Amino acid sequence: MDRREFLASTLAFGATSLTGCANPSVPPLPPGALYGASLDLGHRLREPNFPLPSETRHVPVAIVGAGIGGLAAGWKLAKTGFADFLMVELEAEAGGNSRAGRNSVSAYPWGAHYLPLPTREATAVRELLAELGVLQGDPRASQPRYDERYLCSTPQERLYRNGMWQEGVLPQAGVSAAEREQYRRFYALMEAFKLRRDQDGRRAFALPMALSSRAPDLLALDTLTMRDWLLEQHLDSPHLHWYVDYACRDDFGTGVGSVSAWAGIYYFASRNGEALDAASDTVLTAPDGNAWLARGMAQSITKRVGDRLLSGALAFRVADTGKQIEVDLWLASEQRTLRLVADQLIWAAPLFLLPHVLVGHEALKAAACSYSYAPWLVANLTLSRFPEDRTGAPPAWDNVLYSGPGLGYVVATHQQMRQRPAATVFTYYRALNEMTPQQGRKLLLETPREDWAERILSELERPHPDIRQVTTRLDVFRNGHAMVRPLPGMLWGDARERFANDGVRIRFAHADASGFSLFEEAQYRGVLAAERTLRRLGVKFKSSLV
Amino acid sequence: MNHALLFSVFVVASCGLAYELIAGALSSYLLGDSITQFSTVIGCYLFAMGIGSWLSRYVERNLVARFIQIELMVGVLGGFSAAGLFFIFVWFSSPFKLALYLAVFGIGVLVGLEIPLIMRILKRDLAFKDLVSQVLTFDYLGALAVSILFPLLLVPHLGLVRSGLLFGLLNVLVALWALWLFREQLQHAGWLRAQGLFSMLVLAAGFAAAGHFTSLAEAHLYADEIVHAESTPYQRIVITRWKDDLRLHLNNNLQFSSRDEYRYHEALVHPGLSTLPGARRVLVLGGGDGLAIREILKYPQIESVTLVDLDPAMTQLFSTAPQLRVLNVDALASPKVKVVNADALLWLENNDDVFDFVVVDFPDPSNFAIGKLYSAAFYRLLEKHLNAGALAVIQSTSPLYARQSFWCVVTTLESVGLVTTPYHALVPSFGEWGFVLAGRRAYQPPAAYTVDTRFLTPEITPTLFQFPKDMARVDAEVNRLNNQVLVRYFEREWRQVIR
Ligand SMILES: Cc1cc2nc3c(=O)[nH]c(=O)nc-3n(C[C@H](O)[C@H](O)[C@H](O)COP(=O)(O)OP(=O)(O)OC[C@H]3O[C@@H](n4cnc5c(N)ncnc54)[C@H](O)[C@@H]3O)c2cc1C
Repeated sequence: MDRREFLASTLAFGATSLTGCANPSVPPLPPGALYGASLDLGHRLREPNFPLPSETRHVPVAIVGAGIGGLAAGWKLAKTGFADFLMVELEAEAGGNSRAGRNSVSAYPWGAHYLPLPTREATAVRELLAELGVLQGDPRASQPRYDERYLCSTPQERLYRNGMWQEGVLPQAGVSAAEREQYRRFYALMEAFKLRRDQDGRRAFALPMALSSRAPDLLALDTLTMRDWLLEQHLDSPHLHWYVDYACRDDFGTGVGSVSAWAGIYYFASRNGEALDAASDTVLTAPDGNAWLARGMAQSITKRVGDRLLSGALAFRVADTGKQIEVDLWLASEQRTLRLVADQLIWAAPLFLLPHVLVGHEALKAAACSYSYAPWLVANLTLSRFPEDRTGAPPAWDNVLYSGPGLGYVVATHQQMRQRPAATVFTYYRALNEMTPQQGRKLLLETPREDWAERILSELERPHPDIRQVTTRLDVFRNGHAMVRPLPGMLWGDARERFANDGVRIRFAHADASGFSLFEEAQYRGVLAAERTLRRLGVKFKSSLV
Repeated sequence: MNHALLFSVFVVASCGLAYELIAGALSSYLLGDSITQFSTVIGCYLFAMGIGSWLSRYVERNLVARFIQIELMVGVLGGFSAAGLFFIFVWFSSPFKLALYLAVFGIGVLVGLEIPLIMRILKRDLAFKDLVSQVLTFDYLGALAVSILFPLLLVPHLGLVRSGLLFGLLNVLVALWALWLFREQLQHAGWLRAQGLFSMLVLAAGFAAAGHFTSLAEAHLYADEIVHAESTPYQRIVITRWKDDLRLHLNNNLQFSSRDEYRYHEALVHPGLSTLPGARRVLVLGGGDGLAIREILKYPQIESVTLVDLDPAMTQLFSTAPQLRVLNVDALASPKVKVVNADALLWLENNDDVFDFVVVDFPDPSNFAIGKLYSAAFYRLLEKHLNAGALAVIQSTSPLYARQSFWCVVTTLESVGLVTTPYHALVPSFGEWGFVLAGRRAYQPPAAYTVDTRFLTPEITPTLFQFPKDMARVDAEVNRLNNQVLVRYFEREWRQVIR
């Protein structure tokens, strides 16, 4: 390689961008479909007028909702050899926010798409990864080896800003020395939080969060917003604020000005997992996002105790009779109601449904009413080839956009063992955090797919001028109550505590019980609820959580 | 007449801004750092306009004729600015900045002359108050129009080179129009008209030829005659010839020179294969030029050679072009050779065949897509395709220029449990080049060669395995898909070489 070659490569680039394309015609919008969490059924919960049960079935343990939380509960029960349970799921398949789609090009996520290297305290996550063969060797090792097919290939992320791509997401080009100094100070603060432990040896910000220190100065972080905390630390760099805002939107669907400082810091200070064969900031991912984890748990259950999933079943009434729990299910395909009578219930569906579903338990319902949820929009764009790219860093797995309403997109084919796939799928994410959640949900309900398609394409057109030419399909998924918002007071307030506590017959196994929606949290809540249930039933088990 | 002149103010102003934007955008594209480029270009331009305005006082007679000539000059200079600068960048690189600011300055001076001259022409018929108000209004309106059209329409649909030429044409049209408007007052109108038409012709020709721009510029990048050039979905293949020297370039990287490629391919194949008298089945990954296969086919016991190369255009070219078939002795046409056009990673994953000897001859790891072909994951896959006593040989860039890169390949091969034997050979057109033999057992260099060679002899063979001090082993990380350290080493080391 000499200078001529360098010039030649510049020329190759320059030629395409300088002569431009001569075809001014805009291709028509690509076809696609508009999906969503079974909206009409969900809305029927508001004024339930379902028929009386045509059948009553007894089941010792009922699990409502087969997202990560519900599946994790079932997984733990099944691993213990306890087979007397049934998971009921509204949708046609399990997985919840960790579901995926698939077409001839690739599998692709409809929601969750990565798992950071698990922390040491995330024992249940490690146990699961070891069972799935992705964590190799001792699951409790401080630096386990991971199957490289799941370790995100380099480059993991890049940022599109000021007309070009840079490596990494923290803005670099044109950032002043003073702002860089703030970057350093911010990271030093986070590093200190990462290392801090209390007298009992608990980490300041543990993942799962339930294992975190309860030191008053740490819990006090839950009384202000992340933005206010940054400003209190004299961190006012606009680029740093953008970055932290991005992180909050990405993980919590809520901006830096609304998120609790405890949650904001948790994003940066809780993840300390390490690997023998990867840098500590590497994430685990797969073409189908996190759906392989959901599928892994579902298959583990089936293998051990057989099929325990009743799908297409909407739980619309839960009544505690004082001895048992009645769970009324609307089976849409059969157009009838089935009543489950369970000794124990694990509620693994979102908590905002409780006021519409639960009979009695007024305190719980009141607590659920204090929850706020972020609406999200996810789109999958099937592309006939990689689109043309602006200058700078090469395509990464996660491609973040500095300005614009969306967060960016992840590339489903990134992990494929091939040099560079011709066709691919981009999964575009947008948290509707620039408006109130109610406005966001209204927008989701009212906006037709074509409008979203147009908006998304024109947003992606900036980094990829020919995105319209190569997009062969654009499917949109809207999720009005996608994830709980960790607003100040939410995480360490009484309301959430109620759902984290053990119950007599009802336990909660949704990420909502942690106050934010992450795989590790949902799985922890599921395993915890299962273990508490087993304990209540007097079944011996080996805990996954110690 | 006044309206016509005011309209020309509008056009002149649009053109002026357009050249400024084009220069700013071009330098940002080529040099990066758009903030610096735009601000220095705009600064230089405005300053030059100031000088132009000041100079306008020295234009005393023949205002209209001067105006027309200035228009023509702006048209040609501005119109060709993008194309010209681009060519200069491709040819010489270093005086690019000088040329850029000279061009910007020149255009700025000329544009700076325009408005004062128009004002003085119009002065004859307008009151000062109206003159200033109207001229400046159109001046700013013109700027507004271009500032909106430039990013939305012109750059995306025409590109910088053609946009520049388009504005050049507009300038010339204004000049021709002025020529017509003032035809009665002008002396030498015919001469001016000839100048105008000539400028227009040149610009129009430039506009029409803008499409051939890439190939023209490219032709100049290669000093030698281009005998074949094609862009495939995977790469740009260029073959050049100078006297009897044929050279293959992929994405502008030299792959071989026919003068010394025998050294490379002998070194690639024989140290390994000549120690495997029992070898029957050979796999070649990459190397669609068939030159490694030419060496492999020298061993009569070889029964089959499977060639996996991503690009059908490569294997097609090297099995059809007469000169290239002479070079590889028509290796690709041998009945023993099976050509598969596939992604090597995918092919290894989906195929169960095992081989006695494998040649891994990929381009250097200069980007992440190719870097994958040097990863631990790749070698783990490769290992599954090796017979018990088999050897693989991997071309692994230069241990001299890219020392850590070379040893990174060795370390990576070892990380998947393979026993490695690194060696090197001098290939003049490349420099000192490195290879690694890998297998499950220790390797012994051959004591003799049973096939014809031009470069290798049993006597020099042991020296290939000796690494002098400046190429001796250095520590390197394992190249994994999730770190791609090799691409980073490679980039760093070659950047130092180029500097
Ligand atoms: C767009 C998006 C991206 C995300 N990305 C990530 C990521 O990259 N990494 C990460 O760790 N997390 C991510 N998350 C968070 C994700 O929500 C969690 O990882 C996890 O999937 C939550 O699991 P859960 O079981 O708590 O909840 P859910 O997924 O909400 O599961 C609840 C289940 O209950 C079912 N259900 C609801 N109501 C009823 C009813 N009445 N009757 C029966 N069933 C019912 C639902 O259909 C669903 O299957 C993302 C979330 C979203 C929305």
